[in-house]
Amino acid sequence: MRKVMIGNHALSYGAKISRAQVIPAYPITPQTEVVELLSEMCANGEMDAKFIKVESEHSAMTASIGASATGARVFTATSAQGLALMHEVLHWAVGARTPIVMGNINRAMAPPWTIWTEQTDSLAQRDTGWMQLYAQNSQEVLDSVIQAYKVAEAVQIPAMVILAAFVLSHTSEAVELPEQGKVDEFLPPYEPEYRIDPANPHAFGGLTGPDGYFELRYQIQKAIEDALPKWDEVGAEFGEVFGRKYGLIETYKVEDAKNLIISSATLASTARTAVDTLREKGEKVGLLRIRIFRPFPSAQIRSILSSVDRAVVVDRNISFGASGIFYQEVKAAVYNEKNPPPIFGVIAGIGGRDVTKKDIIDIYEDIMRMDEPKSDIIWKGVRL
Amino acid sequence: MKLTIPEEEIMGHGHLACQGCGGALAMRYTLKTLGRNTVLSVPACCWSVIDGPFPHSAVNIPVFHTAFEAAASTASGIKAGFEIQGKDVNVVAWAGDGGTYDIGIQALSGAAERNDDILYICYDNEAYMNTGVQRSGSTPLKAWTTTTPVAHPKDRPKKDLISIMAAHRMPYIATASVAYPEDLTEKLEKAKSIKGTRFLLIFSPCPPGWRADPKNTVKLARLAVETKVFNLLEIENGLDWRITKKIRKPKPVIEYLKLQGRFRHLTEDDVSLIQENVEKEWNILMNKVGE
Repeated sequence: MRKVMIGNHALSYGAKISRAQVIPAYPITPQTEVVELLSEMCANGEMDAKFIKVESEHSAMTASIGASATGARVFTATSAQGLALMHEVLHWAVGARTPIVMGNINRAMAPPWTIWTEQTDSLAQRDTGWMQLYAQNSQEVLDSVIQAYKVAEAVQIPAMVILAAFVLSHTSEAVELPEQGKVDEFLPPYEPEYRIDPANPHAFGGLTGPDGYFELRYQIQKAIEDALPKWDEVGAEFGEVFGRKYGLIETYKVEDAKNLIISSATLASTARTAVDTLREKGEKVGLLRIRIFRPFPSAQIRSILSSVDRAVVVDRNISFGASGIFYQEVKAAVYNEKNPPPIFGVIAGIGGRDVTKKDIIDIYEDIMRMDEPKSDIIWKGVRL
Repeated sequence: MKLTIPEEEIMGHGHLACQGCGGALAMRYTLKTLGRNTVLSVPACCWSVIDGPFPHSAVNIPVFHTAFEAAASTASGIKAGFEIQGKDVNVVAWAGDGGTYDIGIQALSGAAERNDDILYICYDNEAYMNTGVQRSGSTPLKAWTTTTPVAHPKDRPKKDLISIMAAHRMPYIATASVAYPEDLTEKLEKAKSIKGTRFLLIFSPCPPGWRADPKNTVKLARLAVETKVFNLLEIENGLDWRITKKIRKPKPVIEYLKLQGRFRHLTEDDVSLIQENVEKEWNILMNKVGE
């Protein structure tokens, strides 16, 4: 069944069709439609789930952790300030190994108050251990929620499905709603190895010294490494069942490409149209979209980069004092290669400033005129 | 005399509490009454140490450790998780006074306002004892702590948390004391039988933090009630206040204060001020009780 929906509702339907059982959530622009629809579906019986109308995002996440630890499937959603408020307990969710799936709408951080899109909110959580998936359209948002549960529950690591504020969260698109029966078969009920159970009492998260903590952290790293091939497997299996295949990365016209544009989320969609136009002009250019950011698909990126002459990473985010964050990660992934191509880092679209197809073409043409990267940041569109 | 305290010991002996810990007694009585079909959500507090360390646990029921400010919200999540799976379990948030009066009050207020079906128990030892005796919103007037040194003892009275909770019009609120286990047991039984958010404040002396002799834990808890420093009461639906332990002839506060090093620096004027404050609070309470 096809249904016209905004990106936010794609998250809600993703949670519904995945049979989320507990949804603790707190409203924040531009996420509100996600939880409004979910609360309605919980209230009218369309979903067999408990909606907890918590008093903060911190409580949204801690209630999510508690519910997940009992073996329930848990969904929540937030954005920007809300995600930042959760920071402490994002770590907790990972340490407690609770496979929560959370939607995050990428919104720029205050001050000054703003509600428009930027990725710095979620990228600032990159070291918490949460898996991060950057979606480019509403269909991918919905499909990714289902896949995220399958991967998260397999490795006991929580996952964020991330979409751009307004550009995606509030844009209506036709979305194929998978059949519930097929989803149930693809994603069986969550059965954790350990759960809070009075019949089998355990202490969870008790005081641990240097003789035990290290190994617990090692296990988290191993689990998130295991998730890397899992995302590909699950994305391929999803393709077989539902006809839409997903991977860690997506490539477009890279087979004979000499130059590469690298980006993520909706910026990558814009870049795809720019690639088409540049190809018409005779440019040997391709696109690499990074879909899964954590775990970081270094090997896949290295393999694509090994055959190109130069690459440019377009980041809608910034790590102050360093550079664009995808740029850092891509550069780090190829640093130990024999002859890595020069990689240029562009920062564009901060705070929701529009990035058009023409902007991407300009970025590409500017880069082609340069001999080598002279600094870690090339600013695009900043008015000085 | 009929024994009203359940005989079964659920809590084990091998816990890490200090000698004379009121918080350990509070847990022991609580588990006796609530039984094994109980789960604890424990934020940062003495009990995050007392129960362990990993891989040991002293309570023989599931303990879920959570962040300092998150006892109530974690308990709400645990309860919802059980409910949606059709499981009926007593879910208890078990927090100290720092995690209740201060950093955890937002999550507690949220849960109480939603009337989530959890029992929130605060074992109140009147300061951040686990971190080494720093003042909390529960620390009483004029008391010494490491952050209210003798030159500048606490200049504000203990926060009236019970009135704050009563303002939520929640089904059940009670205060209790480790010196009155029958009263505590009765309140736990009652709390267990009620649906919705229930709040229990258990007065739990801390010998190291109060600079008191460990043998005096129960004596101090009893004196706190006998001097009306801490009153045993219960409140139904936030409006129906009732004193459960009436003190006919209250003792002067000095009898309670003099056994504690945290009050050693008090002048006669200080003691008079504390006595006046106790009378004033009692009158406020009597207005609520309607006596």
